[in-house]
Amino acid sequence: MNGSEVVLRALVDQGVEVIFGYPGGAVLPIYDALFKQNSLRHILVRQEGGAVHAAEGYARSTGKVGVVLVTSGPGATNAVTGLTDALMDSIPVVCLTGQVPTHLIGNDAFQEADTTGITRPCTKHNYLVKDPAQLARVIHEAFHVARSGRPGPVVIDLPKDILVGAAPYVTPERAKHRTYNPPVKGDIKKIEQAVEMMANAKRPLLYCGGGVINSGPTASKLLTQFMRLTGFPCTLTLMGLGAVPSSDPQFLGMLGMHGTYEANLAMHDCDLMINIGARFDDRVTGRLAAFSPGSRKIHVDIDPSSINKSVPVELGIVGDVAHVLEDMIKVWKARQPKLDRQALKSWWAQIEQWRARDCLRYRPSKDIIKPQYALQRLQEHIKDRDFYITTEVGQHQMWAAQFLKFEEPHRWMTSGGLGTMGYGLPAAMGVQIAHPKSLVIDVAGEASILMNIQEMSCIAQYRLPVKVFILNNEYMGMVRQWQELLHGGRYSESYMESLPDFVKLAEAFGAVGLRATKPEELDDVIKEMIDTPRAVIADIMVDKTENCFPMIPSGAAHNEILLGPGDELERQVSEDGMVLV
Amino acid sequence: MTTEKRIERHTIAVLVDNEPGVLARVIGLFSGRGYNIESLTVAETDTEQHLSRITAVTSGTPMVIEQIKAQLGRLVPVHKVSDLTAEGPHVERELLLVKVVSRGEKRVEALRIADIFRARVVDATIESFVFEVTGAADKLSAFIALMKPLGMVDVSRTGVVAISRGAQAL
Repeated sequence: MNGSEVVLRALVDQGVEVIFGYPGGAVLPIYDALFKQNSLRHILVRQEGGAVHAAEGYARSTGKVGVVLVTSGPGATNAVTGLTDALMDSIPVVCLTGQVPTHLIGNDAFQEADTTGITRPCTKHNYLVKDPAQLARVIHEAFHVARSGRPGPVVIDLPKDILVGAAPYVTPERAKHRTYNPPVKGDIKKIEQAVEMMANAKRPLLYCGGGVINSGPTASKLLTQFMRLTGFPCTLTLMGLGAVPSSDPQFLGMLGMHGTYEANLAMHDCDLMINIGARFDDRVTGRLAAFSPGSRKIHVDIDPSSINKSVPVELGIVGDVAHVLEDMIKVWKARQPKLDRQALKSWWAQIEQWRARDCLRYRPSKDIIKPQYALQRLQEHIKDRDFYITTEVGQHQMWAAQFLKFEEPHRWMTSGGLGTMGYGLPAAMGVQIAHPKSLVIDVAGEASILMNIQEMSCIAQYRLPVKVFILNNEYMGMVRQWQELLHGGRYSESYMESLPDFVKLAEAFGAVGLRATKPEELDDVIKEMIDTPRAVIADIMVDKTENCFPMIPSGAAHNEILLGPGDELERQVSEDGMVLV
Repeated sequence: MTTEKRIERHTIAVLVDNEPGVLARVIGLFSGRGYNIESLTVAETDTEQHLSRITAVTSGTPMVIEQIKAQLGRLVPVHKVSDLTAEGPHVERELLLVKVVSRGEKRVEALRIADIFRARVVDATIESFVFEVTGAADKLSAFIALMKPLGMVDVSRTGVVAISRGAQAL
């Protein structure tokens, strides 16, 4: 076998079915090998950045490792944003990059880039294969690293001479890593201690995140079971949506900067915070000094470096969420802890009071489409279907998180950590490849969608019936909102003139273009979008000046949350707050 | 977990696979996350298993020190992270080479001080000496301070290497 055949054989043995990629000089030998086989399907994207996001969408909706194949130099550098995105959101991706032949490395050769150097800080790990004897082992190890512990992206840089020359093959079983084997079981003594703390809590709160999703569907089932067993309220991060059913009365909605009033106030006032698979992100904590001042905290995370990183906790449990929850449920059932029913009852009464504020309320309009209304209508039309949602980044993303309801994990794909505009369309492509029969919708803004619009061409090539639901306010809405609230309404460069006609654009890409400009047109457009068996861009012209609320201004605490336009910024945002993103 | 703001100095030993890029990974981790490096030494210590031992001296609040150890621990080629400062008594040594160029009384004085510090002369010409000194970092700093007015023109230090006291191995 030559190196390229070893690469493909290793991928097949790792259970890979689909590769997202783009050819180029350095990877031509792999493309030649691809041509001669039938077990791997290659999806030709239109830019390498799209390949990584597509692989992320594929990975997040299936729980498998997403695979990317790009060439050296610009192929690899274009992949960097996607790799960083996958690192921030802990998504398992293996990215094969071509490299100039080993004797030319360091020589400023054509299409040479120091790929391992560039991607070192934006991958979980990376490899440069210089010895053909190591090739198969490195690929197997890369998959092991990508999916074990806290998942993440792994780059394998492959010089062209390695791909062309002969190389031995070894099977995955014979390529075990000697050190990297993160433990999955949590310390049982600490789990018992956690149950003890929960039993004595008067105002407990479950705060759960993407770690639950990454742990697999079992983790979400166990979390839901544990939530119901304890009767504790539960809030989810942006990354965790779907970990417990949205319709469950114990679910308080998403928390954080644009989270619900009840979730954020419960975070602030709880006396025991049980963090399961979340990481105290700054979008969640707000001002650290004022973060949940009266609570004791338990933190379950598979990554020891997440514990005590920004928020000190009383009890840190290192382990996989599903394993820890399984033990926690066992211990809970064995102990039959006596809860303080009276305290819990008044805690719930308090939460219901907050909930009654109906924080997602907005002023309806008969003349213009409110973005929230558009998403409420979308929710009505998709709720009984088998659907997957991806998003771009901005106001539309936050509204989608607030108004769309997820009953299961792996249905919601959004760029949380990095906040990558242009994520949603290629991610939707990857989801649709994995779930050809399902309804896949990219909820987009008109600015974000233009960042990877070229992938419409890929969508056309593979006849993917992806739906793009653009909430078009002609502004970079979130930038505009911050400029309104923090910069005296000076809308510096946040308005886009000369936007394309998205209906015609859809048609140019062989898709169907639809538009709604008035509220009464909305239902028909959504219905037509869903019923069309092809790719659709639905251009929904929404209120240009609508802001996304609730909002915790930068540098503020959870209990300083703003509910809406009527809720004045009580005090000016502090200078400390202004420097925060 | 303590939230103390007190800055502590810790000596951390890290056992890693001696593979290309491993040092860049460690250094990149410190610079990327804004941790301090006071000194860092590395060399292969197990030629059969290709393991290198890195000794890093760093400073930070207790929370930052915990983070540094956890972040090092999750690097794929890292086998073991050991906080020598936290784990009990240990020996820290550093090697220093100093070049002094002088004549007459200054040259004699340099030699006299070198003797007090148990420095070895590893190179000599009519007008210069190269001294080798080993010891704790502050001893070496004291030696440098004394040699400065005596014609010191060049200094090279290895950075700290450290090992725990007693029978226990890393």
